[in-house]
Amino acid sequence: MSGGVDSAVAAARVAEAGHDVTGVHLALSRQPQSHRTGARGCCTIEDAGDARRAADVIGIPFYVWDLSERFHADVVEDFTASYAAGRTPNPCLRCNEKIKFSAVLERALALGFDAVATGHYARLGTQDPQGEEAGPDEGLVTLHRAVDPGKDQSYVLGVLEQHQLRHALFPLGGSAKSDVRAEAARRGLLVADKPDSHDVCFIADGDTAGWLRATLGEDAPHDAGDIVDDATGEVLGRHEGSWGYTIGQRRGLRLGRPAPDGKPRFVLDIEPVSGTVTVGPRERLAVRRIEAREPRWCGPEPRLLTGPGITVQLRAHGESLPATVRVGDGSGEVVVELDEPAYGVAPGQAAVVYDGDRVLGSATIESTRSAP
Amino acid sequence: MTAPVHYLDHAATTPMVPAAVDAVTAHLRAVGNPSSLHASGRAARRVVEESRETLAQALGCRPAEVVFTSGGTESDNLAVKGLYWARRAADPRRTRVLTTAVEHPAVLDPAQWLARAQGAEVEVLPVDGHGRLRLDALADAVERDPGSVALVSVMWANNEVGTVQPVEEVVALCAPHDIPVHTDAVQALGAVPLDFAAAGVDAMTVSGHKVGGPSGVGALVCRRERELTALVHGGGQERDLRSGTVGPPAIAGFAAAVELAVKQQSEHAARLTELRDDLCRRVVEVVSDAHLHGDPERRLPGNAHLGFPGCEGDSLLMLLDARGIECSTGSACSAGVAQPSHVLLAMGCSEESARHSLRFSLGHTSTAADVDAVVEAIGPVVERARAAKR
Repeated sequence: MSGGVDSAVAAARVAEAGHDVTGVHLALSRQPQSHRTGARGCCTIEDAGDARRAADVIGIPFYVWDLSERFHADVVEDFTASYAAGRTPNPCLRCNEKIKFSAVLERALALGFDAVATGHYARLGTQDPQGEEAGPDEGLVTLHRAVDPGKDQSYVLGVLEQHQLRHALFPLGGSAKSDVRAEAARRGLLVADKPDSHDVCFIADGDTAGWLRATLGEDAPHDAGDIVDDATGEVLGRHEGSWGYTIGQRRGLRLGRPAPDGKPRFVLDIEPVSGTVTVGPRERLAVRRIEAREPRWCGPEPRLLTGPGITVQLRAHGESLPATVRVGDGSGEVVVELDEPAYGVAPGQAAVVYDGDRVLGSATIESTRSAP
Repeated sequence: MTAPVHYLDHAATTPMVPAAVDAVTAHLRAVGNPSSLHASGRAARRVVEESRETLAQALGCRPAEVVFTSGGTESDNLAVKGLYWARRAADPRRTRVLTTAVEHPAVLDPAQWLARAQGAEVEVLPVDGHGRLRLDALADAVERDPGSVALVSVMWANNEVGTVQPVEEVVALCAPHDIPVHTDAVQALGAVPLDFAAAGVDAMTVSGHKVGGPSGVGALVCRRERELTALVHGGGQERDLRSGTVGPPAIAGFAAAVELAVKQQSEHAARLTELRDDLCRRVVEVVSDAHLHGDPERRLPGNAHLGFPGCEGDSLLMLLDARGIECSTGSACSAGVAQPSHVLLAMGCSEESARHSLRFSLGHTSTAADVDAVVEAIGPVVERARAAKR
């Protein structure tokens, strides 16, 4: 229970359904701030207090579990190292994979609980093994998009494997956010009108580049470098740390003079070894083929995924892009061929594979190849 | 859902005794500010002064030496800061504050604040493996330069592990140099024999809700010869040392509880010691590597602070809570997150073993059925908690 409205309503729903529910707030920050600033809302002491009050109102026991060391090792360090290597990580996926549905789930199971319920907007289903009669425990648990497309969070859950999904509950997947807020108000939960959290929860002021600069400090591979024109090789400017850039980024380049053709320029590539950031026109961002690693499959590992309904999503709240996906036997390498080019595909982000509204799995984008 | 609750956290707070409930409720409907001069005011003042006399009688001090406060934390703050400021004002060389590594945060935090903001030099003295102050370290610290010591603060008994401190010996080391000694006796009151004048301390903290009185009220007992600088300024109601209208109902309840606690101390201690020893013995029979922390002899009768290797105290607490057994990990929380106990660390425990402990604290409502419940639950609970840590 983060202290936000979604996890509060999720807890209320599972309690009302008759489960024996215990509320847990995760202390993830090693130096929590006492008061919330801006629109984050999960990592401060004030948020822990909001979660506690929600648990009081629902009438369930409540505890704070300190997972700050695990979170730092598994999520924050991965996040900084990934940026330092010129990638754009999504820490929410790592947190779901390593913290919420790993450290928390394992501890909960050992303590005698059956499942971890969260306020994520996603749905679960079951699929019987083909041609066999199966009981409820034998079928495959499937993960699906939420009914509210604006709130769907299946992308950040695409890292969950079958053993995790079997012990997961997502009580909000069938609801619209506005209904969840109304329900919170009806239940007397004071967090009903608390703003949605976004951005990275452990960066208090939302300034990711500033946070990276402060965190990486002198350990950063490059605290300065050239911004180079892709076509001419000309140095257009300097930057103060390549980690401040993401492929596809347009704003904040501060190049001073416009491109000769007057078109906007985008970050095309980040070279972590030399620290060079390459910029160019949008069409140079077009990507047709993606190689991805460290796949996580919700069910059995597929070999070839193709045909109508097979899509990939390449960033949170991104579009569904029709594609063909091949999985290397043994190597685990995933190759995505997009039907139409995509723009601004950043290594480090996850490619989440869907069949219709069903999540099949995900892999971390390693490299991309331009459209011919 | 309606299973009986076994409350074994009396060191955190203990249920109010009927005599205290009666005393509080008897005065709730009366009007009158004890500082007012009319009949209602005089009646309210009478309640406060009679309570003060009752407390003085029970604590072994004079009525004028009882300063009512909002509780233990305020009393500790008043003692540490008030003695420091008064002593330094009288002689600017007196800037050293000597205390122990196992004090309650209500003493350690004010002392560290004095160091940060007021130029104090705080010396945190070591304890032995049982949590007893190392008197040789205190003697060294005093003798090094007695004229520079502003005060010494040593708790009477530790709130976490229950170890009783050698307060008499502390006084013997300080008295020749006229160094004031403060003691936090919040946990000791009603549990061990305690007499302010006989102990020879200069200031002593007591609290209402730890002895069966209401919460939100306590006192600092302070020898009238000792100068103390006020912390809370205003109307000067309490000897000019503490301002704010004092509340007759809470104070009457506090006095009634202390009177009873002191009267029944020896019988109460004997009963709790037997229950506590039974609990420790039977828990170790079930969990063979469980072990008692703190001094085996010189400890609070109701305190069973037990280490369970391979467990997180947090997990144990939660699993017992789910079975209606309420206890504590004993250490301070920060936003609900248990920190490794500074007391256990000071006693030489590793950070790991400082996290695997539970404090069961027994009190006036504890029964053999509470002990039975712990003994019955502890085996499976420890097994689960161990699995959760793997």
